[in-house]
Amino acid sequence: MFKTMMRRAGKCAAVAAAGLMMMSAQAAEPIKIGSFLSVTGPASFLGDPELKTLEMYVEKINEEGGVLGRQLELIHYDDVGNASSARNFASRLVRSDRVDIIVGGSTTGATMAAVPLIEQAQVPFISLAGAVVITTPVKKWVFKTPQSDRMAAERILSDMKDRGITKIGLISGTDGFGSSGRTQTLEVAEKMGMEVLADVTYSGSDTDMTAQLTNIRNTNGVEAVLNFGFGQGPAIVTRNYAQLGMNLPFYQSHGVASDGFLELAGSSAEGLRLPASPLLVPDSLPEDDPQKAVVQNYKSEYEARWDSKVSTFGAYAYDGLMLAVRAIEEAGSTDPEAVREALENIKGYVGVTGEFNMSPDDHNGLDPDSFRILEVQNGEWKLID
Amino acid sequence: MLAEFLQYLFTGITIGATYALIALGFTLIYNASHVINFAQGEFLMIGGMATVSLTAMGVPMVFAVVLAIILAGVLGIALQRLAIAPAKQADVVTLIIITIGASIFIRGIAQVVWGKEYHVMQNFSTDQPIQVFGAVLNSQSLWVLGIGAVMVVALVLFFTKTLIGKAILATSMNKEAARLVGIRTQMVLMLAFMVSALLGSVAGIVVAPITFTSYDIGIILGLKGFVAAAIGGLGSGVGAVVGGLALGIVEAMAAGYISSDYKDAVAFSMILLVLFFMPRGLFGAKVVERV
Amino acid sequence: MLNRFMQSRLRGLMILALILIILPAFLGNPFHYELVTQMAIIAATVVGLNLLVGFAGQISLGHAGFFGLGAYFSGIATGTYGWPSVPALLVGAILVALIAWIVGRPILRLKGHYLSMATLAVGFIIAIILNNERALTGGPDGMPVPAFEVFGWELSAFGRYSLFGLEIEGFQAWYIFASVVLLVAVWFALNLIESPIGRALRSVHGSEVAASVVGVNTAKYKSLVFVISAIYASLMGGLYAHFQGFITPAVASFEFSILFITMVVLGGMGSTFGVILGAVVLKLLPQVLADFQELETVMFGLILMLTMIFMPKGLLPTLTAIVSKRMRKKAGGEA
Repeated sequence: MFKTMMRRAGKCAAVAAAGLMMMSAQAAEPIKIGSFLSVTGPASFLGDPELKTLEMYVEKINEEGGVLGRQLELIHYDDVGNASSARNFASRLVRSDRVDIIVGGSTTGATMAAVPLIEQAQVPFISLAGAVVITTPVKKWVFKTPQSDRMAAERILSDMKDRGITKIGLISGTDGFGSSGRTQTLEVAEKMGMEVLADVTYSGSDTDMTAQLTNIRNTNGVEAVLNFGFGQGPAIVTRNYAQLGMNLPFYQSHGVASDGFLELAGSSAEGLRLPASPLLVPDSLPEDDPQKAVVQNYKSEYEARWDSKVSTFGAYAYDGLMLAVRAIEEAGSTDPEAVREALENIKGYVGVTGEFNMSPDDHNGLDPDSFRILEVQNGEWKLID
Repeated sequence: MLAEFLQYLFTGITIGATYALIALGFTLIYNASHVINFAQGEFLMIGGMATVSLTAMGVPMVFAVVLAIILAGVLGIALQRLAIAPAKQADVVTLIIITIGASIFIRGIAQVVWGKEYHVMQNFSTDQPIQVFGAVLNSQSLWVLGIGAVMVVALVLFFTKTLIGKAILATSMNKEAARLVGIRTQMVLMLAFMVSALLGSVAGIVVAPITFTSYDIGIILGLKGFVAAAIGGLGSGVGAVVGGLALGIVEAMAAGYISSDYKDAVAFSMILLVLFFMPRGLFGAKVVERV
Repeated sequence: MLNRFMQSRLRGLMILALILIILPAFLGNPFHYELVTQMAIIAATVVGLNLLVGFAGQISLGHAGFFGLGAYFSGIATGTYGWPSVPALLVGAILVALIAWIVGRPILRLKGHYLSMATLAVGFIIAIILNNERALTGGPDGMPVPAFEVFGWELSAFGRYSLFGLEIEGFQAWYIFASVVLLVAVWFALNLIESPIGRALRSVHGSEVAASVVGVNTAKYKSLVFVISAIYASLMGGLYAHFQGFITPAVASFEFSILFITMVVLGGMGSTFGVILGAVVLKLLPQVLADFQELETVMFGLILMLTMIFMPKGLLPTLTAIVSKRMRKKAGGEA
């Protein structure tokens, strides 16, 4: 009796163990690039283009002979926008798959959940998420490609100031992006001597933001409205804004810098401004702009390959991958410390998002000018500044 | 002041009408089987997404709507036949988990087939909002309210005037007795799922111009619909409508007057309060527990 | 008689302990250890939830709220205010117990789906507070949590320790710790079930009316078991926070509550070892299905549906029923 039971338990354990073993990847000839992205779930509009970009450029680089004569192998997992799964997959990448470098982390929550572990494991990590906390204070192994939300706030508020606006109404999402953007906006506004008179929020799944906007409309003295958020929420805000007939200058954040947003918001978006990378207006860039060629190439290659509109978020992954490749080439090996040091010293890399100048105190390497101010005119993005 | 209040009220009614439509679907299945169908939100999604994708393929809007509703109806039947019916002696909780599994499955398929983007659907009539005493109302909200009202009336007639409707009610009251008088209970359950799916998809189509639509729109709207149905009293059609509107109005008022951060918390506190004083919701039937 | 009774209760516990001792032989790398450690913590949580669902028959759709409260209390107390870990864990549990007791009294009067609805509302309110109180909780982007520490001795998944002269890695130490916690959690649950309280609870599950007629104070027992399961969740939430090193409000989310209840139902309501199996399966599935990429969600939904359709009583009860049937058949054939 006991014996049969033991045999059964043994069998079960063996099956379970075999399942676990299957998960570990095979031997390490190629350079392993690990990634955990929010390919599905509420942040899929970030993770989806990011994964597509990584897949197509890893393929392309491999066709062109790889890096250091070795092929690239992309190992990626979908964290569904959940920080705990992001941490688990990061753990799997460094401890089970033993990747050489990680390019991933679509959201700030996912990135920050993985950071303690990655710092301990000492693997170079290029995050694709925006919040300023990711690289301030500087963490030895953590880099990021998007401009921080603080830069976005600075860029928006200074554009307002140029238009003579000093009192604003703020509406933000309660998700990580909106919440962090709200904090940064409040701080920057105080520093620039501007006043935030109304400060309201909506949750990511809300279907109507008229109540919040009415609140702002009824606040005396508001001269402009800023919406910090991503996903479909800002499109609903934009439509409600137009329905309410509000005609104060309206700003959105870089969180909606994509053609998809224009489709959703339709004619309501007319006249709104936002900070974005030049990816949305590649042809309006002056000929001598160093980014012009890079941006045009990425846009045409992406759209040809996936038959869908390019988005700013995919570009974060492009820059992340290219920075990783460049660092590995400069390091001449995949030795983590050497790659990390090479990453830290990259200067003058012209990417889609901007020109990166990394340093030991700046693991982002972008300045606020890499954001261009765009305005929606006749249903299209127009470069203003 | 009045304009402000009216605006919050209109917003609340718009949101609430959406919840009410979804809650009706829950009510129907609950009445027939005492199951909370967590896949109800997916019918909503199917309605919206199928309409959008069919119109994108060049199918005229009216046909697209009809096809989308039919698709949802077929799915409702499939759900009952393939997932609920085979699990015969299962607990109610087990059935709920099955519907959760079904909703994940349907959402997964939708994501593969239709992608992850959000889509726009045009307003049925004008894009121009309607002005009332300084407050504005989206014309689509009237469509949601109107269709909601029509559906409630249709449901009431269905349950009181048609044989099938009476059969569903009878089954819900006592399955064994219903079978004894010759009602094919499995057939009745299947019909209940189908009608509920139809309701859900109609809801999904009318609200899509307000909320946009995507493969995952059903999660949160389905949940809010369940909440609305519970406030109103599970199984009560009037309750579903009142519950939905109450939930929407509380959310909008809380966002406007109290705190937009805590508007959902205010709404959930209201639920606790309602249940505290009326343990069976606003219009729930008093059921004596059989021993 | 007493001897046999003790045996039956301890047998399962012994088998579980044996599995936990043998398991490391099959764990290939630190990631596997981490996964199993998480499974153990989550399993202990659902063992607690099962007391409420499986034995008292009350469905909670908001249990992650208590889990999240415990996690955040530990995180904030140790991280922001520098408390030692163990007092933080205990004070957190007492606080959560108090909250559960206060909200439990009114909502446990509710029946069926209305009770589910009320627990769902409580869970949501907790999640919303954690999400909005940015100054305290770091908001939706979450907060870091320091390593678990007892009397100045730190248990970090990254450290190195020597145990009885044996050199072990931090992740192994966590594995051992979590295993012990799980065994204690199961032992306590088994004892509770066999106690007079447990018998009263099962009578509540059977028929509340009948139970109250024969003089069982149903409200008191339901409330008690609600509080106990909340304490389980709070303690495990605290440990989970320390182990993960970083928490976001997702630990208190509705999705997480649904995951807990699914573990209970999938594994087998009312079977303490069944729900552990449920936790293991549902933690392992996303890792195994990760290779299906696009089809991951489809597969997950399909597996969940099929399992529940064909094993409505849950994995373990169904499997044991099959095994014992075969054994009986075999025994019959031989005789």
